[in-house]
Amino acid sequence: MVSFNILVAVALLYVALLFGVAFYAERRAARGFGGWLYSPIVYTLSLSIYCTAWTFYGAVGYAARSGLEFVTIYLGPTLVVVGWWWVLRRLVRIGRTQRITSIADLISSRFGKSTQLGVIVTILAVVAATPYIALQLQSVTLSFAVFAEAGGAFWGEDELNGAAIAVAIGLATFTVLFGTRNLDANERHHGIVMAIAVEAVVKLLALLAVGIFVVWGVAGGPTQILQQIDASPIAHWDQNGARWISLIFVSGAAFICLPRMFQVLVVENVDERHLNIAGWAFPAYLMLMSLFVVPIAVVGLAILPAGANPDLFVLTVPLSEGQSGLAMFSFLGGFSSATSMVIVSTIALATMVSNHIVVPIWLNARAGAGAKMSGDVRSVILLSRRFSIAGVLALGYLYYRVSGGGTALAAIGLVSFSGAIQVLPSLIGGIFWRGATRVGAALGLITGFSVWSWTLFLPSIGTGAIISDAVMLYGPFGHSWLRPEALFGIAGIDPLVHGIMWSMILNAFLFFIGSVFSFPTPLERLQGAQFVNVFDYSAGSSNWRASAADAEDLLIMSQRIMGGTEAQGFFQREAAAQGKAGYLPDVTIEFVSLLERELAGSVGAATAHAMVGQLTEGSGVSVEDLIAVADEAAQILEYSNQLEAKSAEQERTARALRDANEKLTALSVQKDAFLSQISHELRTPMTSIRSFSEILRDGEMTADAQWRYAGIIHDETLRLTRLLDDLLDLSVLANGQVTLQDQSGDLRSLITRAVDVAGGEDSKLRVLRDPSAEAIVLRTDLDRLGQVFINLIANARKYCDAVTPTLSIKVRRVSGDYVIDFVDNGSGVQIKNQQVIFEKFSRVSDQSKAGGAGLGLAICREIMHRLGGEISYLPGQGGAAFRVVLPRAAILANR
Amino acid sequence: MAKRVLLIEDEPNIIEAISFILSRDGWTVHAHENGETAMAKVNAFPPDLIILDVMLPGRSGFDILRDLRAQAATAATPVMMLTARGQAKDRELAKRLGANHFMIKPFSNADVRDHVRALMEA
Amino acid sequence: MTGPSKTSVFLARNAYHKRRMRDLARAVPLFGAVLLSFPLLWPRGEGGAANSGAVVYIFVVWIVLILAAAGISRAVKSDDPLRAQRDQS
Repeated sequence: MVSFNILVAVALLYVALLFGVAFYAERRAARGFGGWLYSPIVYTLSLSIYCTAWTFYGAVGYAARSGLEFVTIYLGPTLVVVGWWWVLRRLVRIGRTQRITSIADLISSRFGKSTQLGVIVTILAVVAATPYIALQLQSVTLSFAVFAEAGGAFWGEDELNGAAIAVAIGLATFTVLFGTRNLDANERHHGIVMAIAVEAVVKLLALLAVGIFVVWGVAGGPTQILQQIDASPIAHWDQNGARWISLIFVSGAAFICLPRMFQVLVVENVDERHLNIAGWAFPAYLMLMSLFVVPIAVVGLAILPAGANPDLFVLTVPLSEGQSGLAMFSFLGGFSSATSMVIVSTIALATMVSNHIVVPIWLNARAGAGAKMSGDVRSVILLSRRFSIAGVLALGYLYYRVSGGGTALAAIGLVSFSGAIQVLPSLIGGIFWRGATRVGAALGLITGFSVWSWTLFLPSIGTGAIISDAVMLYGPFGHSWLRPEALFGIAGIDPLVHGIMWSMILNAFLFFIGSVFSFPTPLERLQGAQFVNVFDYSAGSSNWRASAADAEDLLIMSQRIMGGTEAQGFFQREAAAQGKAGYLPDVTIEFVSLLERELAGSVGAATAHAMVGQLTEGSGVSVEDLIAVADEAAQILEYSNQLEAKSAEQERTARALRDANEKLTALSVQKDAFLSQISHELRTPMTSIRSFSEILRDGEMTADAQWRYAGIIHDETLRLTRLLDDLLDLSVLANGQVTLQDQSGDLRSLITRAVDVAGGEDSKLRVLRDPSAEAIVLRTDLDRLGQVFINLIANARKYCDAVTPTLSIKVRRVSGDYVIDFVDNGSGVQIKNQQVIFEKFSRVSDQSKAGGAGLGLAICREIMHRLGGEISYLPGQGGAAFRVVLPRAAILANR
Repeated sequence: MAKRVLLIEDEPNIIEAISFILSRDGWTVHAHENGETAMAKVNAFPPDLIILDVMLPGRSGFDILRDLRAQAATAATPVMMLTARGQAKDRELAKRLGANHFMIKPFSNADVRDHVRALMEA
Repeated sequence: MTGPSKTSVFLARNAYHKRRMRDLARAVPLFGAVLLSFPLLWPRGEGGAANSGAVVYIFVVWIVLILAAAGISRAVKSDDPLRAQRDQS
């Protein structure tokens, strides 16, 4: 028989071993030899804090009472972990990119870094976890009692309470030592994770050992154990379907929502790929933990006296068989289960309490002084965490005392689970639905929390403790529809299913309605987009406008939070990244965002945002934020456009065909019009030629008339030739078949030559020029450019209807280009005609007298196009005005 | 008294040629070069026959023809259309609007003279 | 030169296969949920289904889920973008 003192000594030795493991792991991590610390196996084992004393002791008791129902608690997480591709992968990615420190931080950060939501989730988490921590204390205490009784002593209430308080203090000490040693950037606790991994192995081996002993040592083999099941009080399948499905749902949801699970799943995760292994290894762990539960239960029921507490079968069965060594091992397994859960749970809760309640209050109290005032933020945070740890454990102890520790373990565990999962709608909504808002989340959380408290939590403390029997039976103040176990008068549902159903339904409903009917702030929308699209966004958010914040102030503040060396290291790295020496980088938006995220790793997003906000003046949303939100809107728009586009596809095809048809028709009409124009232009001179040559042939006229008619024929022949030349020219230019000459010369002589050719000596047209402005050396096809000038000058000569026709040729620079304006003092071109003068055959006035066929300007346009320049009509110059823009490449020098 | 021909045409050389041909045949020829003012000219100087070009500055010959046929004074005045665009649809349009003859440029002098004679006698 | 084209066909097949494996990874919990709801159809109470059989059924389903997850995990593993990049270069 193991004496009680030996048991205590073994327990202390075991704790010392855990200390050693944690210390060693911290040392290795600090020296950078992470190595196996970062292996997926350690990650998987750390998840095993899901299996607490409730599993280790409670599962067997649960099975002894309700048959196979206990297995739902492990099937839910199995489904969630096997389906890690759905939710866990996304959570872990978000946690890593946004440097999330707790589930309260996740909710707060997602909904616009809201302090209020952080507070709500923190309170909810503390309230929900308290019974569960009490449960752990109770189970460790009871297991001590079992050994004490086996040693002949009987433990009364005083001894139990004393043991509970000793366990609570011991756990608080361990947690404070390893949980708040440092406030490192990523809030990871290598020592604790390693210790938990060791405990995970111990508890699994212990339960397996007891199971193997029971199956092969007591029952005599698997076949016999199956027969023994058939002979036991739980021989028949008797599972309530609503409970079965509700419990699978609750346990699966709790696996994600429990603060301690979030801590190991997301916060302590060092590598996303570990999920890949944990995806099958953790379900295997759960399966092994559950494997011998039913055998132990049926054997316990068979061999122990009728009044024995089934929650302690794991200890009492080996003890009754005289296997004290095995019982000791089993005790260590249960001890491991309870301690690992309490340690992680208190760390997670303490982080939340300190980041979301203590620090904001402290900051507010000192708001006048700003965040860089005297006082060490770092020590405040560490201190607040230590007190939070002690506080959480004290609450657990208090609950243990108040509830009397008598209730079945399983019931307490389920109440706690169903409280924790009130976060589920906001969590899932927040990471999958952009439309989720802070108002919706707050409404859902508060509603779910209230309904849960009323229907499950308060009744769980014990009938008559807080809610009187009368209220349970007839509702508060006689409002029977508010009865805790029959809301809205719907009675007869299993109380647990009833509470879960109503709290989840009302929670989700108000979350949804609240989100739909409220409008998010820009920061909320930005965070929403980053959370929901976490796999698309790799870059972080830039949440700050460039501000007057002083890099030095930021450094002072960061040193207080991160510690001197780390803060200086961070600032120096960032300064170097900006190409600066020293410790003070420029306070850019990127830098401030990065710093905020770094700080968020220690104190949570909302607090970091508030602290940086004090220094960067105002927690305003930057233009970049708005742009990001606009981007989001654009994406949505694009998406809806794509949908529309698909539905409009058919119509568009039809329209394209119609367009093509119209284009063809228009082309053919144009061709007809062009041919008809050419026909007209050719036939007109030919008419004169034919007519006068017939007249000449007829004879009978004066020599004068003869001379005159021959002259007409001659002129009309020239006109025909000119027309044909123009047509050919235009066709060559328009088809791009023209070969441009590479010539250079100066603009002044080019214009002079053009004036000579176009004006003629008999011309009345006066030409005004500014030779100094024309001093430009050109390199282009000068003949073609000259042709344009000649055309424009000739037009002025032909059409300028002023009494003393004058043409000014002005060379100037307009926005970097050299332009030449040809402006005459005539009546100009009517506005309606300005559009068409460059078209072929567009004779807008009575040009035929002047012998033009309306091709000149069309040719000019083609030439300028070929040369790389432009020609256009310049309205509002008091006469006809044309602007020639010289091709840039043509300018060699401006003398 | 010599019968009067009004020639509405914008090409000076063609005016000169037709004037020469018809004067030689004994007609009095008046020329008008603008489409817009053509109707005023017709009403101020009612001709016995009109030779009307299609492409005129300001107004198309077809429009003028429609106006001529619309007013009682000129509804029966013989009109000979001239055009440099010898398309079938122009000919059809001229016929429908009530032109008595349709001639395509370039024409033979004899043709012009013969048709004017024929229209005057009819 | 059929070499390069063969490679690209192979890569496309590979990527396609991985994508289907991801679909499978998403489907496993759904199949699991259906399989674990089956026992609700069994007769209950005295004269109902034997719990010994139920234990065997549930643990067999559990093991199948674990094996499926492990198999898919191996198939999806090489999906790591870093490794994919390394493989390409």
